[in-house]
Amino acid sequence: MAELLAVRGLSVDFVTDHGPAQVLDGINLDVAPGEVVGLVGESGCGKTTLARAILGILPAGAARIRGGEVRFKGTDLLREDPRAVNDRVRGRAITFIPQDPFTSFSPVFPVGTQIMDLMKWKSPRAGAGPRPAALFGRYPRERWRADREAVLETLRAVQMPEPARTLRRLPHEFSGGQRQRLMIAMALLPRPELIIADEPTTALDVTIQAQILRLLRALVKERGVSVLFTTHDLGTAHEICDRIVVMYAGQEMEAAPTDAFFRHPAHPYTRRLLDSVPSPGGDLRDIPGEVPSLVAPPPGCRFHPRCDYATAECRADRPAFRALADGHGVRCHHPVGAGADP
Amino acid sequence: MSAPLLEVVDLVRHFPVRNAFGRRIGWLRAVDGVSLAVSPGETLGLVGESGCGKSTFGKTVMGIYTPTAGDIRFAGREIGRLARRERRALAKDLQYVYQDPGASLDPRWKVVHSLHEPLKIHTRLSRAERDREVRAILTAVGLPDAHLDLYPHELSGGQQRRVGVARILTLRPRLVILDEPTSGLDVSVQASVLKLFRSLQATFALTYVFISHDLSVVRAMCARIAVMYLGKIVELGETAAIFERPRHPYTQSLLAAVPLIGGRRVTQAFALEGEPPNPRDVPSGCRFRTRCPLVHDRCAVEEPALRAVDGRVVACHVA
Repeated sequence: MAELLAVRGLSVDFVTDHGPAQVLDGINLDVAPGEVVGLVGESGCGKTTLARAILGILPAGAARIRGGEVRFKGTDLLREDPRAVNDRVRGRAITFIPQDPFTSFSPVFPVGTQIMDLMKWKSPRAGAGPRPAALFGRYPRERWRADREAVLETLRAVQMPEPARTLRRLPHEFSGGQRQRLMIAMALLPRPELIIADEPTTALDVTIQAQILRLLRALVKERGVSVLFTTHDLGTAHEICDRIVVMYAGQEMEAAPTDAFFRHPAHPYTRRLLDSVPSPGGDLRDIPGEVPSLVAPPPGCRFHPRCDYATAECRADRPAFRALADGHGVRCHHPVGAGADP
Repeated sequence: MSAPLLEVVDLVRHFPVRNAFGRRIGWLRAVDGVSLAVSPGETLGLVGESGCGKSTFGKTVMGIYTPTAGDIRFAGREIGRLARRERRALAKDLQYVYQDPGASLDPRWKVVHSLHEPLKIHTRLSRAERDREVRAILTAVGLPDAHLDLYPHELSGGQQRRVGVARILTLRPRLVILDEPTSGLDVSVQASVLKLFRSLQATFALTYVFISHDLSVVRAMCARIAVMYLGKIVELGETAAIFERPRHPYTQSLLAAVPLIGGRRVTQAFALEGEPPNPRDVPSGCRFRTRCPLVHDRCAVEEPALRAVDGRVVACHVA
């Protein structure tokens, strides 16, 4: 299977007062065309940093890429000319749905103005050539009309009532769910091949979340767009993803098709994580210990201080990727059940 | 059932909506006639989506808002309209836990100082007695004595949270209102926080009102739940029964919206359309009728009252 996106050995440090924090440590990740991949992990595990590294929008002053590649359709985005990435990839071939729909619009402009500003530069009908300074850029009349048609059509696709009136309204006139629909529309408009969705439903109520997840999944499947969906909510991941990758403290632990992931998790961390979801019977099982500091992370597998199966091997080396069954792989020296039914 | 510790009868809390000139142009009906009772030692869950009035309910019971109408009886005594001074004395028995109790610690005070303060204000204990009390509480929340001499910034987020909870418990309250105590937490941390609340309930004989939008948490923690929609209770009863067979169409939709790991995908089956109406402008009759799949003529005219159905109470004409 030809990968659309292949992240290989990506390591990113953040500068802090106490020294560099190793936020990503040799991450591998694949996204196939048309696939919805869930990136699951607890807060601070580096999933947002990974999403930002792929988009090339890490904070310039604080983040330092220590090594690795981000290959998108064969080109390494980290080594490609930044201008070419900006013109052709970011916002075009790869788009973004933010976590918080409340702060992602400017409050002072109608949403129509903001969407058309996006289309002026990132419309699939615009040429990919180098662009003039934003202030002097002209928006050709015919293209504007065609783009506007596309905008209205996409707003209908995300089920916004009265698309033409929507464009004249200000962001505060919309509810959270509607704003997230607008964000999905904006992510789809440049006709991307990959959408990176960073916890897009955490800020929403469950009934609205169910509506948005259903809409997003239907739209991307219909258009054949890949999605990298970060979330800390395992239920959401179960809803929308074809395949799930688990991260812990900047390392990926396990990757598996959604069904296999929930049915026979092989990594001790994944097991613990699934166990800590409150069960209907009222059992509560937490993970003893705390998430390690990323400034001085434990050597080897970063989960070893909290792991029941840890041995000297785990403290010394980070386990290599071990393929178990169909598309199911784990980075652990002592995988539980080795992928068989528990 | 023993006499309820907390009994709320037809509680109403409206907020005035004002225009730019300060003239009242309407009412926001945050809590609009809620009645329930909490027995000693139980955990009552209060669930609903944002804007349904569950936090306003908690804060009105707590005395942070004064009720517009209705009665709040705590241990048999009416407390809704007490004078400020009497109300203050009651703070000892009735405590409120915010989303992140650790955030309410003073950053310039050592933990020991923060924990002694409530005892200084509300009790006449001597210094040594206070000290003994504080250490006992700290052990109960699972922190070593050495933490007494630390400042909040020297603790991790989880430890701060524990200190915040310890501070609420130093007065040995009888009723604790937990307002979304685990929202925004990761599942593994959530599990340890919930475990803590459970063990404290057993140790100190606490009664909880557990406000949350997370149904799986409520299901794990509460024996009874009340489901709210736009300021009203739509269904109230045993948790197991409600999860097993929800009767109100809103409860049914709410439960259907929760992703179930390893089960059916709600994205394929979920039917509820639209969003909750603005609480400033509630629909006539049944408040849920604008989104209800079972709506018929009567729902627009007549507001359904809570009635006993199937071992619980439900406010619906068709349930």
